[in-house]
Amino acid sequence: MVTEAPRNTNPSPPAPLPGGEGGQRPGEGIARLNASFCCSELGINSSVSGATWLHRFALVATFCTFVLIIAGALVTGNEAGLAVPDWPLSYGSLMPPMVGGIRYEHGHRMIAGFVGLLTTVLAFWLWRRESRRSVRMLGFIALGAVVAQGILGGITVLFFLPTIISVSHACLAQAFFCLMVSLTLVTSPGWRQGVRQLEARGNSFFQRLCAFTTGFIYLQLILGAALRHSRSGIVFHLVGALVVTVLVMLVVTRVLRYYPDVSSLFRAALVLSILLLAQLFLGMGSYLMRLAARQDVQPALAMVTITTAHVAVGALVLVTSLILTLQSYRVLPQANKMRRFSAAPQKVAL
Amino acid sequence: MEGKASLVNTHKILMKGLETIMNPKKFALLFVTLTMMLILYACGGGEQKTGETGEQKAPETTGPVTQIDSATAATITGKVTYEGEKPKPIQIRMDAEAACAALHKEPVYAQQVVVNGNNALQYVFVYVKEGLGDKNFEISKEPVVLDQKGCMYHPHVFGVQTGQHLKVLNSDPTTHNIHPVPANNREWNKSMSPGVTPLEQTFPREEIMIPVKCNVHPWMKSYIGVVKHPFFAVSKEDGTFEIKGLPPGDYTIEAWHEKLGTSTQKVTVGPKETKSVDFTFKAAAVIS
Ligand code: HEM
Ligand SMILES: [Cu+2]
Repeated sequence: MVTEAPRNTNPSPPAPLPGGEGGQRPGEGIARLNASFCCSELGINSSVSGATWLHRFALVATFCTFVLIIAGALVTGNEAGLAVPDWPLSYGSLMPPMVGGIRYEHGHRMIAGFVGLLTTVLAFWLWRRESRRSVRMLGFIALGAVVAQGILGGITVLFFLPTIISVSHACLAQAFFCLMVSLTLVTSPGWRQGVRQLEARGNSFFQRLCAFTTGFIYLQLILGAALRHSRSGIVFHLVGALVVTVLVMLVVTRVLRYYPDVSSLFRAALVLSILLLAQLFLGMGSYLMRLAARQDVQPALAMVTITTAHVAVGALVLVTSLILTLQSYRVLPQANKMRRFSAAPQKVAL
Repeated sequence: MEGKASLVNTHKILMKGLETIMNPKKFALLFVTLTMMLILYACGGGEQKTGETGEQKAPETTGPVTQIDSATAATITGKVTYEGEKPKPIQIRMDAEAACAALHKEPVYAQQVVVNGNNALQYVFVYVKEGLGDKNFEISKEPVVLDQKGCMYHPHVFGVQTGQHLKVLNSDPTTHNIHPVPANNREWNKSMSPGVTPLEQTFPREEIMIPVKCNVHPWMKSYIGVVKHPFFAVSKEDGTFEIKGLPPGDYTIEAWHEKLGTSTQKVTVGPKETKSVDFTFKAAAVIS
């Protein structure tokens, strides 16, 4: 597999964006042309700039968000959502006795508080340091989302977990995770310094297919949440799984066919197909576990583990598809809004 | 060849279809429509939960109170039996909380289907469902006590009159939350720390049955039957029950079990008469 970088016959430092790329300091990872997510961190760079720290911070916050989603799934799995009847305080204090179901419910609240704090810092950091207006806005949207999410969580406790609020809480969680992943991606040095777009290989159908697939996976997560919280409607979720599988297969075959040499797309597609396969098995496992658990008098560890893994991998499937989509809009040219997020696109006809 | 052609065709049609709905506006429309359907579906599912937000109304004791005349009062006794293969007792794991586990030396079993010697079925709520008309009876001044002890509810199944006080104790060295999930009364959820002053609550409306849960200890479950009159009982260890002080008349008696459903029988009792009404519950094919 060849990465994008060697394709550039004439590597040149990234051209500054007209309109002030002021936040970007000189000498920031010049050689890094790898547009891939996360792994760009592995590049050796003696002078780590503020922008890199910001990206790392976003990465940590995103990781904590993933942990938070798992913690939330554990609350539902252990039927502990109402173990703490009050909100915003827990048993009238900030630190209730951490016993039984309270561990899950209050643990979830504490991690959520921490993620809220990280998001606040991130939003203001971006406000101060980020030159791209759209990215600054994205930071504040994430902040708004995390606040709304906390309030939804509180409402669902105070109203004894009405299905609709619990489902909304689960869906906003996934949307918030998407926001955090997007922020991490667009602040990554690889993304910031721009990429040589594969001018001749633009494919708007492929890009829209990726976007559509991401949207549909989100829909599938909503159906999953509805199933989990209302204990009904498995048919919708199964049909959704079928559609998602077909869409992902289309996306992956297209990547294999047209972009096997574009590492950012290839890697995301590879990860996506593996995650989807795992997710289908976990879904089947969840179903069988719930079936076997109908006579249980308390949530069994195996059931909680499998269903929690199904929720967690579901979130990963979603964000992998999202990353693939964002990368496709970045690497392949198309007159569209996505370009606003990418810094200094360099057009090199191939 | 044929197969390949049709495959190509299917692929073409699929792509065409995708091309049509992949436009952002159309997708947004699809998304919103599906979400709305989902919301309607979810709300439809929750419809039975009326009264949950309704105000706690005063007990429905309007009109004169019928006094129980001990000179004519009748009695209904009976036994509840279980028919079929005895279910295996399910052991409760209290390892999630050391404080609970420490309270028991012996293993603790779930109380969902308790079949004792002679196939006696315990924890069946038996009450007069029909036949009392609009008669009102005195509401007992004595509160019914529900104790949280050994991280279990005592009693597991019990009855209370509308408006009668329910007193909830916490005899445990640990924290519980008590959360009744009614369909017809107002829902509430209270935390109870060790040594907390007992909680007093009433249920103003009749309801068979209100499940009670603790979310700190998900194995804790209890069921409350709320009825207007005092003519109810719960089958004991030997499966027997007794309903006393009943005015002579024709009645429908219902027996309710948390896993095995309900069963009704008609009975007529004369003055001072004692009649026996036995119930049999069959092992359900699927207990869910
Ligand atoms: C495309 C693949 C799939 C995705 C992305 C997905 C996603 C999800 C998510 C996110 C949830 C939980 C939502 C929440 O609580 O917030 C869920 C629940 C569930 N899914 Fe899936 N799912 C997929 C495929 C399947 C399949 C093939 C089955 C299989 C039979 C399945 C069965 C279930 C069941 C039973 C639940 C409820 C779990 C519980 O009761 O705790 N899923 N799904
Ligand atoms: Cu408890």
